[in-house]
Amino acid sequence: MSVGPAAEPAAPTTWQRFRQHRMALVGTVVLGLLLTVVLLGPLIWSVPIDTIDFRARLALPSAAHPLGTDDLGQDLLARLLYGGRVSLAVGLCAMLVAVVIGTLIGAIAGMSRGPLDAFLMWVTDLFLALPTLPLLLLIIYLFRDALTGLVGPEVGVFVLIIAVVGGLRWMPVARLVRAQFLTIREREFVEAARALGASRLRQVVQHILPNALGPVIVVGTISVAEAIIAESTLSFLGLGFPPDTPTWGRILFDAKDFLSIAPHWALFPGLAIFLTVLSINFIGDGLRDALDPRKVR
Amino acid sequence: MASFLLRRILIALLSIIGASIVLYAVLALAPGDVFGELVSNPGIPPDVIANMREKLGLDQPIHIRYVNWAMAMLQGDWGYSLVNRVDVGQLIVQRIPATLMVVGTAQILALAIALPVGVLAAMRPYSLFDQIASTLAFIGFSLPTFFTGLLFILLFSITLDWLPFIYRSDLEQTGGAWIWAQLRQSIMPVTVLALFQAASWTRYVRSSVLEVIKLDYVVTARSKGLPERVVILKHVLRNALIPVVTMVALELPVIFGGAIVTEQIFRVPGIGSLLISSIMANDTPVIMAVTFVFACLVILFNLIADLLYRWLDPRIKLQ
Amino acid sequence: MTGTPLLEIQDLHTSFRTDGGTVRSVRGVSLTVAKGETVALVGESGCGKSVTAHSVLKLIPMPPGEITAGRILWQGRDLVPLPPREMNRIRAREIAIIFQEPMTALNPVYSVGEQIAEVVRLQMRLGRRAAMDRAVEMLDLVGIPDARRRVGDFPHQFSGGMRQRVMIAMALSCEPQLLIADEPTTALDVTIQAQILDLLEEMKERLGMAILLITHDMGVVAEAAQRAVVMYAGRVIEEGAVDRLFTEPAHPYTRGLIRSIPRLDGGLGRHGRLQTIPGSIPSQYADPAGCHFAPRCPLAQADCLAAQPAMSGPDPDHLYACFHSPLEAPAP
Repeated sequence: MSVGPAAEPAAPTTWQRFRQHRMALVGTVVLGLLLTVVLLGPLIWSVPIDTIDFRARLALPSAAHPLGTDDLGQDLLARLLYGGRVSLAVGLCAMLVAVVIGTLIGAIAGMSRGPLDAFLMWVTDLFLALPTLPLLLLIIYLFRDALTGLVGPEVGVFVLIIAVVGGLRWMPVARLVRAQFLTIREREFVEAARALGASRLRQVVQHILPNALGPVIVVGTISVAEAIIAESTLSFLGLGFPPDTPTWGRILFDAKDFLSIAPHWALFPGLAIFLTVLSINFIGDGLRDALDPRKVR
Repeated sequence: MASFLLRRILIALLSIIGASIVLYAVLALAPGDVFGELVSNPGIPPDVIANMREKLGLDQPIHIRYVNWAMAMLQGDWGYSLVNRVDVGQLIVQRIPATLMVVGTAQILALAIALPVGVLAAMRPYSLFDQIASTLAFIGFSLPTFFTGLLFILLFSITLDWLPFIYRSDLEQTGGAWIWAQLRQSIMPVTVLALFQAASWTRYVRSSVLEVIKLDYVVTARSKGLPERVVILKHVLRNALIPVVTMVALELPVIFGGAIVTEQIFRVPGIGSLLISSIMANDTPVIMAVTFVFACLVILFNLIADLLYRWLDPRIKLQ
Repeated sequence: MTGTPLLEIQDLHTSFRTDGGTVRSVRGVSLTVAKGETVALVGESGCGKSVTAHSVLKLIPMPPGEITAGRILWQGRDLVPLPPREMNRIRAREIAIIFQEPMTALNPVYSVGEQIAEVVRLQMRLGRRAAMDRAVEMLDLVGIPDARRRVGDFPHQFSGGMRQRVMIAMALSCEPQLLIADEPTTALDVTIQAQILDLLEEMKERLGMAILLITHDMGVVAEAAQRAVVMYAGRVIEEGAVDRLFTEPAHPYTRGLIRSIPRLDGGLGRHGRLQTIPGSIPSQYADPAGCHFAPRCPLAQADCLAAQPAMSGPDPDHLYACFHSPLEAPAP
């Protein structure tokens, strides 16, 4: 008996599926705005971030200081714009670190099989069970002074935070890449490539990696948000960037003791973190829907 | 069951050893002398320092040092807090109940929110309720705990003056008044943690229920004439919880991370705030011990999750 | 047709709302099942036969599914407007159902005994122990060896055929008057298929129930049913006694179905090979004015595309929906 498929509406493309996710679109717009403001804002709002003005101490938002000032009378808008660059850069770089390490370990495990695979997965599981924040704090406590001595406080902390936040976030990527390898390597087109005598590296680069890309993009997107939260958390606990690098978390840390007299000081950086993270999470969700056709809404 | 339990405990022990190796490796790789700071601290007698140096055997090769350290930990000798002037073990025993109380209550509250909301949202997917719940869930886990904590203090302590924003372990009240004061000071830290967890768990529960609810055996359950409530609770939820337990186990490290932040904001005297204050005071033995305790807690709760998983899913009993 | 109708479906319409539009799965199906008879509902996958069967017990997911028109008379009482509470009293106790996939139709986390006892306790108001005893009795009845010991086993500990037996035990545990068997043998090995059909036949004799057998397999129809209703694209296109249908099929589609059965006697039909019906079933979104089979029909003429043929025929026990039935015309 011949049973053909009924004529269904044509399958939507990735972009069409992404577009259907309303909140993901809103997230994209909001994140785009935030990025533009943070990148181009300092060109227009050229107030220095460290001009101390005790007469304008803890001032509420006004024309001179659109977001008010802190306890030293420093302009909050300028500090937020500057801090936003650092926070976003940390998020992106840490994500890259996590994706690179995760892809490498996942690819090695997925290609090797046998004891190496088992060992790498054991290490991955072990890292997944480690309490991330205490470990982050421990590493920063132990290494901060040495690194800042080596390359200066700002760069030192930046490198350290990226390495540590990224270095503790590669596990989901590794698992994902390995799982993708295991499924995809059995599919026909890789079989075909193997039959045609493609080398191992060629198989990986040409056939498997592009197919594993979708899920990795989704996890990568979400991990930008997680890294921003991790950096903010460290700074909020007073263990991230030094006071003269006003990342959003650091501003919150400084502001929290003035909550009753200058709530705006804490609200603006908090909102900035929240909006960024929320936008990225929505984009990640939209990408998941768009890149994984099995999970149709 | 016994052999399964034994194997699981063995795996947990191996994980604890693995975690301790990672921690010790981090400590050993750290540049400089961890105790260098103390030598210049006149408050600490030189013989104490010499004693500690010897105990850590700082001149021996790293694996010997690790074994010595691990053996000492195993014998309950966790070192001496240089700042608090008390045994580290004793310090942790003092502080751990507050942490477990706040984290435990928060998890129960989070479950009490996530289960009904997730199930109701999945029963009517894309309905108004589902959309509101999903959006709130997204907002919930995009709000970092430190910001929610500050917002709560701003609203409930400063503006409305309903709740105290500092958690005290030495409440003067007794009896009923003590319970009331304890409750009032616990509300904010517990709620901050619980809302964050509830937000992500709601999503897990929703998507898991959504997967299960369209399976054949749910239709079978309906065909028996069971009321919808029984179909959902007995046939759908029980199965839907299996993957949720896995996800929750994977998130345990995050949960304890959130506990550190809330303890710090509300000054809850638990091991999280102990960790932060020890870092500020360069109290290395306490930092190492607390980090290790956090690792053990995560592994312990992973073990519990494993047992729960096995109890929920009879299919893996055969293996 | 023998006896009074137990179940009478009148002009049933069932639709599903999807993102791509409304899918009209069932477009006016009428059929009857009399006491104690086995009626086969036949057609290709996607023709709406399963949706029809699920509509009877209102097991289609609502939303997105909806019974938009028609009546489902169960012993004279219309089930369509029935509130869930009353529907639940009919399910399992009066009308039971078994499904295609015995691997997935049982809940993996409860023992088979618990799952049978659950329905017995609910519908027959038995206590926990009595319900468990009933479960053992039913498992024994459907031929599960060592039923007393296996009652505490979980579904994954049974083979596919054994699981279908468990499903049958569960469905029959409250002695329903009608069993809807939705492709009960499709997922099973050929040898097991025959055993399950025999078991159904034996249970039918024993309990005096009727069976509505949903299948795409004409071989199963020939073996198990007295009467058959053939569906195509959401409509009934032919119905009648099974032996009649096989000897003189009236609708070109039924003819195609019968020709596509491999025959055990080695005959492969006139052209010496197994025949298929060219083309594929129409889109469920489409709504042509004429006969839905016309695009695939070798006998189609202009009038077939203009109007939908109604069910008719010289003999009221053999009806078909075709303007140019080969039964009425000289053989080509």
